[in-house]
Amino acid sequence: MAVLTRERSVVDRPPPVPRNKYPKWGRRAPLLPALIFLVVVTQLPFLATLFISFMKWNSLDPAGRGFAGFDNYVTVFTDPDLRSSVWNTIVLTASVVIISLVLGLGLALLLDKKFAGRGLVRTMLIAPFLVVPVAAALIWKHVLYNPEYGLFNGVLNWLGFDAQPDWISSMPMTAVVLSLVWQWTPFMMLILLAGLQSKPVEPVEAATIDGASSFQIFRYLTFPHLRQYLELGGLLGSIYVVQNFDAVFTITSGGLGTANLPYMIYQTFYQAHEYGEASAAGVIVVVGSIIIATFALRTVSSLFKEDKR
Amino acid sequence: MSAKWITRGWGALAWFCGLVFFAPVAWMVLTSLHSESDAATNPPSLTAPLTFDGYAEFFDSGAWPPLINSFSASIGSTVIVLLLAIPAAYALSIKPVEKWTDVLFFFLSTKMMPVVAALLPIYLFAQFSGMLDNISFLTLLYCSMNLPIAVWLMRSFLAEVPKEILEAASIDGAGLLTILRRVVAPIAMPGIAATALICFIFSWNELLFARVLTGVVAGTAPVYLTGFVTSQGLFLAKVCAAAVVVSLPVLIAGFAAQDKLVQGLSLGAVK
Repeated sequence: MAVLTRERSVVDRPPPVPRNKYPKWGRRAPLLPALIFLVVVTQLPFLATLFISFMKWNSLDPAGRGFAGFDNYVTVFTDPDLRSSVWNTIVLTASVVIISLVLGLGLALLLDKKFAGRGLVRTMLIAPFLVVPVAAALIWKHVLYNPEYGLFNGVLNWLGFDAQPDWISSMPMTAVVLSLVWQWTPFMMLILLAGLQSKPVEPVEAATIDGASSFQIFRYLTFPHLRQYLELGGLLGSIYVVQNFDAVFTITSGGLGTANLPYMIYQTFYQAHEYGEASAAGVIVVVGSIIIATFALRTVSSLFKEDKR
Repeated sequence: MSAKWITRGWGALAWFCGLVFFAPVAWMVLTSLHSESDAATNPPSLTAPLTFDGYAEFFDSGAWPPLINSFSASIGSTVIVLLLAIPAAYALSIKPVEKWTDVLFFFLSTKMMPVVAALLPIYLFAQFSGMLDNISFLTLLYCSMNLPIAVWLMRSFLAEVPKEILEAASIDGAGLLTILRRVVAPIAMPGIAATALICFIFSWNELLFARVLTGVVAGTAPVYLTGFVTSQGLFLAKVCAAAVVVSLPVLIAGFAAQDKLVQGLSLGAVK
């Protein structure tokens, strides 16, 4: 009997509602898994960081755990190490991104010309970006910079120079920057080269016929076209370099005044076990990133509008 | 004649720059094939006899488990990311939800939040739930790291599917699955490949999470590398061999798909 009623109810039921009767949720459904996953994994931990930043908490002293108010923030702001790590982060990011962009632009302009073996040169130039970052940092530290048998001093020796400098201890920040520039220049070059190759040809031809010099063509045609690619490269480069941990960790272990914020926070929490202070520093980093990201997102969003046009 | 020489000059300069940038990679490969004593000479020896001792020592030292961990975390997270990102991108391009640009920018903004700010709570959660030194947990974190990029990329590729074709197909009575399989998939395939390549490379390269959250069991190849140089004595050839092996998957994938690499790195802005 029950079976019968059920069958009947199936028959009597109105035909299934077509999907577009619920357009909103039908459309939202495919988005939800990704959105929920991302909120849970990236936003909730940040709330926890915010919470812990107001606690007195050293994992080696569990009994002393308690509410700390703004103490951690005061400690962090008055800590000279932290202030220098903020400065280091700015110096590191700005110098790596700017130098890589300039070198990348030069290389992209070179590779935009026709010459024998262009494909091979392009492949050679990409290689540094494809070496795993930790591996690259290790190679720079031990195989290139090593004062006794590193390649740099070996080449100096070859060329007949007597100088055998200890690269990392005499210029630690430059050493880190140089290894990162080596890795990021190919990235910038790839983006800028793609920009150059998407440039329309007709205006350049017209300008050449009208007698424009190659500098004028670069200044008034190529550069304005490349601007958005320069912005994109700079933005993406900054997102990654500002978070750099591998090079600082490997080449100097944060010593010699090269510790940046990611390294400092890693050390405060992983080695000093100061959970409260590490979290306060984390919160400050996030606030700083939000300020920078607001500008950055504006850039992307202007690019994006152009793309949609 | 002068124009020809200028062209040749630019070509020579490009070759010179290419060689300078490539030199450390070439030197790494050459040193990896030397014996330890030949690797540690000054001035450097270019013509020393070649040997695979460095590679043999690297693999004998227990390099396989970390390499396998890296592969499973990278491939696993790439697959999960694609499964989450493709439907999301569909809802942001082909059948867009209202305010879809805001959603898109929310995804990107999570990428700008420094990983290090979330590290401590994630570590505490892992400790609390017994997930420390667990490769599955690391895989999930890599998913969250790559998901925003994947959504951006996939959206830019799916946005290229012409609306007219989709409408024509649905007027002809094609169902959703047919449209996805016959119309969307062929156009989106290159984009999926570019996305997968980028996600794989970023997961494979990651060090900070792996260093903090894994130990002897679930340690990945980059973590293994950092612990590889602490041994005594000469180790240059061994380190180079290790660096070559660990970089090889990325080098192969990147060289094989150079165009995909550019598309992926520029978040799909460059086609």
